[in-house]
Amino acid sequence: MVWKSLRTAVIATVLFTVLTGVIYPLAITGLAQVFFPWRANGSLIHVNGKTLGSELIGQPFTAPGYFWSRQSATSPFPYNAASSGATNEGPLNPSLADGARKRIHDLREVDSLNLSSIPVDLVTASASGLDPHISVAAALYQAPRVARARGISLQKINELVARETEGRTFGILGENRVNVLLLNAALDAEPSQSKGN
Amino acid sequence: MFLNTWFLPFALLAVTTLIAFPLSRYLAWIMEGKYRVPRFLSWFEKKLDSGPQNWKQYTAALLIFCTLLFAFGFLVLVLQPWMPLNPDGKWMLAPSTIFHSAISFMTNTNLQHYSGDQHLSNFSQIFFILSNMFLSAAVGFCALTAIIRAFRGEKFVGNFFVDMWRVVVYMFVPASFLIGIIFLQQGVPMTFESFAHVSTLESPATQQTIVVGPVAAVEPIKMLGTNGGGFFGMNSAHPFENPTALSNFFNTMAMMLFPFMLVLMYGRMLGRLRHAVVVFIVMILLMAGTIVWSIYFDTLKPNPGFTGDPVARTYDVPSASAPGGKRTVTVPAVAGLPVDQHLGNLEGKEMRFGTSAGATYAAVTVDVTCGAVNSEHDSLNPIAAISPMVGMWLNCVFGGKGVGMINMLLYVIIGIFVAGMMVGRTPEYLGRKIGAREVKLALLALLIHPIMILGPTGLFAATDWGMKAVSNPGPHGFSQMVYQFSSASANNGSAFDGLGVTYGLANNPSPAPEAIPWDIAAGLVMLFSRFLPIVAPIAMAAYLGAKKSAPFGLGTLRDDGATFGLLLLGTILIIGALLFLPIAALGPLAEHLGPIPFGG
Repeated sequence: MVWKSLRTAVIATVLFTVLTGVIYPLAITGLAQVFFPWRANGSLIHVNGKTLGSELIGQPFTAPGYFWSRQSATSPFPYNAASSGATNEGPLNPSLADGARKRIHDLREVDSLNLSSIPVDLVTASASGLDPHISVAAALYQAPRVARARGISLQKINELVARETEGRTFGILGENRVNVLLLNAALDAEPSQSKGN
Repeated sequence: MFLNTWFLPFALLAVTTLIAFPLSRYLAWIMEGKYRVPRFLSWFEKKLDSGPQNWKQYTAALLIFCTLLFAFGFLVLVLQPWMPLNPDGKWMLAPSTIFHSAISFMTNTNLQHYSGDQHLSNFSQIFFILSNMFLSAAVGFCALTAIIRAFRGEKFVGNFFVDMWRVVVYMFVPASFLIGIIFLQQGVPMTFESFAHVSTLESPATQQTIVVGPVAAVEPIKMLGTNGGGFFGMNSAHPFENPTALSNFFNTMAMMLFPFMLVLMYGRMLGRLRHAVVVFIVMILLMAGTIVWSIYFDTLKPNPGFTGDPVARTYDVPSASAPGGKRTVTVPAVAGLPVDQHLGNLEGKEMRFGTSAGATYAAVTVDVTCGAVNSEHDSLNPIAAISPMVGMWLNCVFGGKGVGMINMLLYVIIGIFVAGMMVGRTPEYLGRKIGAREVKLALLALLIHPIMILGPTGLFAATDWGMKAVSNPGPHGFSQMVYQFSSASANNGSAFDGLGVTYGLANNPSPAPEAIPWDIAAGLVMLFSRFLPIVAPIAMAAYLGAKKSAPFGLGTLRDDGATFGLLLLGTILIIGALLFLPIAALGPLAEHLGPIPFGG
């Protein structure tokens, strides 16, 4: 009895491995590469023959003339898309508040006039460490700094933020947000500017 | 704000319930074998049909198959360096991690002591992760089916391999395909390439290596099979696994779908749909409870790490050396940080899903023992983190594929037994008398869970194994250990990821110091907590089913009314609280109450 079961178990293992490990992934790959080729290869944005990055993967920004992304805890450097990760810090872990304090210091150092309270997504790290978005409030908070650094009017910057804002799906799912990479790329495409560092 | 917070969880509950009712009929129809399929499919089916099996033969076949699955998974991981689809020549995982991972995926736990994006090649992702996800989920499903047939008094409870075929081929593969198309459309990659290299916008000299792979094949069954093992380290929080708020909706729904349907399938196959609906309502109440709890304390409250404490607090602590036996300790006032927290606790959350999505997902993923995460559970507000822990401790709020309903049956049997004792009547379930043997088997299956959580947690908390692995100070460190063993024992797979359990590849020069004991202990916990609660209930169902069915009488406790529902709810809550309140108090509750000095 046991031998019969073992024999069938071996047949089953082989059969199911072929089905779920070969046929199913190949079929879904075919489907993906035919109907969603851009998505299937990582949503890479190409501008003027240069690959800018992936629309879905965030990048780090530190210059005052760019909008900054959220904090990232990927190791060994931020926004390492080969090693996603979070801080794993509990709310009462002192290093969580320390990280936030340092971030607040950095934000205020490049924008010492702006003393309004900082939207919390700018001082916290995302779960994946690769979050491409910030909240609209976080973008508007940074707008005066970017405008000054680039010599573009604040109104123009705010218009850009509004244009790059992605709304909630069906008006209800998700959060209003701005893709930082796309917004910064749009900034770079703006004419007549003095790019600040 | 109100609507944005609460729409997502309640839409999920409603939509999944609406889909589950009609589709559970399909599940029952397939498992009863009433379908006809094209000849090439029935040819395979005949090859797998090793004849009708009684409960012992069925269980033996199940165990043999799982052993084989373990061996195969182990082999694939060991051979990783020499297999194709490994362009950067990843070495093999550490041996203890291979042991842990092979058990983890074979038992449908998917607790990961490695990080997919760093440590696995696409070959391992497909032949280890993907096949295990289909098969381990189907095993639990089959176990439930065998129990149903045994309850019906059938001597032969079906054929395990045919059941596996039905579940995998007629349910999981087509369902994964459908969900996969939605994920693809939303932006999940699907390629056999491993990376894309780009230079970043701000400093073109800096390269960003973007890991891609066959994600859209893994993602659907990861959710549908309540597996939860991410392709990437950060699981469903990673933008490639879960790119939009809409994909997040389907992601969450996919993991709820089969657990919801299986409860109803149980009722349909036994011809007791009303009874199943009562159980369903109890489960959905518990699930709504855990969701509301985590949203209320995590989304609608700020992260206490940033708010500070406006007033200084003083405590009197007993102290032998101080005069009067008491010493006064002052915790000074702390200034809050200048941040606007009206969106709730955003540490370890992604912007695109919406503010309540992380808390919702955290509760659902443990209730259905999926274990995928779309936020970092370590960074949940302390008291909100009770919600995922409770989900794992109860382990019957819909629960994993098949086994959740099996766990619920244990509570049903024990609840009826206790109620029968209290009113002085013979306890009966499905018209059959519950005897001492059935209760013993049910208790065995039920108690293995707390033993496997509390025992190892105590051991690790008392030794360097635990204390050197925790990454957060104070009670949160203890919570990390509790969470790890709860997750292992519930076959869940989510984690407080800060815990140092990752050895990495076998040639890693600086692994986490205590990774090996964690690998072995968690591996063994998963093994016992998976198979005892499958084997013992099958035996219980077989013994019960073999008894003579008594006619329904005036003295019979009805199992399809509100009284029964309340009895069941009470049994679950009382047993759960008795078993787990003490460690809840030592971990998350102590953390929530803040730094209270204990004696000194």
